[in-house]
Amino acid sequence: MTNGNIRDFLKIVFVGHVDHGKSTLVGRIFHDTDSLPEGKVESIRRMCERRGMPMEYAFLLDALQAERDQGITIDTTQIWFKSARRDYVIIDAPGHKEFLKNMITGAASADAAILVIDAKEGVQEQSRRHGYLLHLMGVPQVTVCVNKMDLVGYSQDRFDAIEREIRGYLQSIGVSPDHVIPVSGREGDLIVGPSASMPWYPGPSVVDALDGFRVPAPATDQPLRFPVQDVYKFDDRRIIAGRIESGTLRVGDTLLFSPTNKTVRVKSIEAWNAPAPPMKASAGQSVGITLDEQIFVERGHVASHESHPPIETDVFRAHVFWLGREPLKTGKTYRMKLANTEAPVTVQSIDNVIDTGDLSQRAGATVERNAVAEITVRSRKMLALDEFRDNQKTGRFVLIDGYDISGGGIVSMEGYADQRQMITRRASNITQVMHDITDADRARRNGHKGGVLWFTGLSGAGKSTLAVATERRLFDLGYQVYVLDGDNVRFGLNADLGFSPEDRAENIRRVGEVAALMARAGLIVITAFISPYRSDRDRARQAAGHDFHEIFIQADVATCEARDPKGLYQKARAGEIKEFTGVSAPYEAPDAPELSVDTAALPVDACLDKLMAYVEETFTRTR
Amino acid sequence: MDHLDRLESQSIYIFREAFNRLDRVGMLWSLGKDSNVMIWLARKAFFGRVPFPVMHVDTGKKFPEMYEFRDRYAKEWDLTFLRGECPPIEEMDPSLPPAARSAARKTEGLKRFLAENPFDGIFAGIRRDEEATRAKERVFSPRGEGGQWNFRDQPPEFWDQFNTEFPPGTHIRIHPLLHWTEVDIWLYTQREKIPVIDLYFAKDGKRYRSLGDKDITSPVASNATTIEEIIEELRTTKIPERAGRAMDHEAEDAFERLRADGYM
Repeated sequence: MTNGNIRDFLKIVFVGHVDHGKSTLVGRIFHDTDSLPEGKVESIRRMCERRGMPMEYAFLLDALQAERDQGITIDTTQIWFKSARRDYVIIDAPGHKEFLKNMITGAASADAAILVIDAKEGVQEQSRRHGYLLHLMGVPQVTVCVNKMDLVGYSQDRFDAIEREIRGYLQSIGVSPDHVIPVSGREGDLIVGPSASMPWYPGPSVVDALDGFRVPAPATDQPLRFPVQDVYKFDDRRIIAGRIESGTLRVGDTLLFSPTNKTVRVKSIEAWNAPAPPMKASAGQSVGITLDEQIFVERGHVASHESHPPIETDVFRAHVFWLGREPLKTGKTYRMKLANTEAPVTVQSIDNVIDTGDLSQRAGATVERNAVAEITVRSRKMLALDEFRDNQKTGRFVLIDGYDISGGGIVSMEGYADQRQMITRRASNITQVMHDITDADRARRNGHKGGVLWFTGLSGAGKSTLAVATERRLFDLGYQVYVLDGDNVRFGLNADLGFSPEDRAENIRRVGEVAALMARAGLIVITAFISPYRSDRDRARQAAGHDFHEIFIQADVATCEARDPKGLYQKARAGEIKEFTGVSAPYEAPDAPELSVDTAALPVDACLDKLMAYVEETFTRTR
Repeated sequence: MDHLDRLESQSIYIFREAFNRLDRVGMLWSLGKDSNVMIWLARKAFFGRVPFPVMHVDTGKKFPEMYEFRDRYAKEWDLTFLRGECPPIEEMDPSLPPAARSAARKTEGLKRFLAENPFDGIFAGIRRDEEATRAKERVFSPRGEGGQWNFRDQPPEFWDQFNTEFPPGTHIRIHPLLHWTEVDIWLYTQREKIPVIDLYFAKDGKRYRSLGDKDITSPVASNATTIEEIIEELRTTKIPERAGRAMDHEAEDAFERLRADGYM
């Protein structure tokens, strides 16, 4: 629609350290662009007189009594303003550390940000933290205002030093500011035009910089993501409702729903009070569609095209900022909301707690309020999501502790596999054939039940050594037993697989299926694979059912590294092997293995005895 | 998508989110330009119907045009309509300034209405640009048992991940128009051809910009007799929208006190 009345519109957030003059700067912009409503200046002047203080433009924004009394912004606020070029909403966000959740509430919806820094105080803790959070929240455009230049005598040297420092910091976190502008909110320098006090500054004024920000385009060119918000059945139509977060869908398109992996065609796009039924809908639109087949669809499912589906996983890594009253803790379960999906998730590990000031990192078991960290998250159900760098809308989430939204995070799949391949069955028209010989028949002949002894542990923990020795002992005692070993399988069955997370997961999937078949055939199968991911082992357990026994061959990294039977740790440390488990890739220890054998604490024979005792107790049929 | 399409899509998203996440929801209808747009957006969100009750908490002091409008469109729009009664002014906090005291009747009327009609959440058509404390609101705004707003400790709200679960006893106000401005409302009313009450159009050099009770609302000077002219006027005026609403101006924090106590 072309309507001359509807103008471009942009949301700008002002952030920065407390008292660096954000509210004053905003107030000044309003004053200098003649945007204040009638009577406002007088009412502010009266408020200031009553408090016995000079005229304070910040009162334009600080609407709460407590804010005016204490001279700080407590909660974020929004105020509308127009330049000659377009319309704006200015979001003023609190700088006070205590109100970081309010700052984020203000900042997260912005199209661009102004980071305000006090010329006298220079770059402070919240200047850095806010810069970091803008980046993390995906605010794409930033301009820096060095405010209160009047208090440093409009010194170019002072400005240059601050510009160098803040540019250096922002660059190190991957942000390049459009401009760094010296201003004075109180005196009105460089708000709408050049400043006589700073003839040395050649760049744009603040309003010029605002007008220079781009209006972000909706993600219509990206792959389709249509998260289901609700399903309505008000009449004979069954309408799948939701907002298209990216891409475009058309009537007649085949949609793939994740994580159920069902496909179905779009029959119609429904709309009320539309001149004609829409034939397509794109990113940003809240729509409703009907399908040509009644498949099971519910809130949280994500529709895409088959060619570019989202990732399916039950584990991912994340960068989180924590706002909770209680610290974020390893092992604790939170409720996660990602697009319209909700799932209980557990913080499997806190990998790095990041100091947003100097960007130093440390390990930790907790993340305190207002801190940033890298964590690994495990979900109880399969999730459909994207990496944040590929799709912001489906690559970010919040964590809920009790009733409170306590943190936000962005998704990275580094080191983890897309599990879609592993849960997709391509063949149709298959029926399972029932065997005539039962498991009990086989166990009677063999004198023992079949099953899988799944050894997991770090490279060098002793899996192969113990597997081969256990096999020998069992064989000598008359057991039907066979060892499946990592390297051997890769020579044949899995010769087509490499070492990417997806290939490693597929490697384990096939071994799990083979082991389950052999167990069904009546054998005791011992597998010796690092199998670092819990989801892969869980899948192997599913394949073998109750005949699956997870055996944790336990030894700390230092012990394994000292043994280094294949010289792999040495290569990994030298950087010759990327993504090496225990060094540069995660190892997820079993939570509740059927048996743990600590090879760092016990000699080989004692470990063997333990294993033999377990097998005899678990597999032997009483004759 | 233009600016109005984006506003509309966001409001629809909010409506659907509340309808899905909360058990029993209802919508407040003050008969003004904003709540008419709100009803319109609900019909868009739910494909022609409003699947929850729409209620008017009646002070009994509205303009006759407003009551006519209400009775006509409650039928035409096929609304499930509920009416709530407000208590007399004598029962209000005598420490409030006079107009605020009058406005407080509506707060009290709403409290009593909600006590009889147990909704988990109600949609209210407030906008951030109307008034400074409203600018601090959340889309999903939790209230205490008595309707109180704890503006010092509001839940974080970002990336459209609204807080939708609350401790028992919490009441939710949902604000699907929070991100709209007065001009947006008129542009959308024009585009969608949404009916409005005539009082908004100038007669004898005056028109109402904001409709409230007869006794505490005054018209502003204007020659705008069509929506086009209203939009033109709003592009240039420096008179705040609620200049004609007496209770906002009696004391520095009069409206803040009203809102903390549950006023819209």
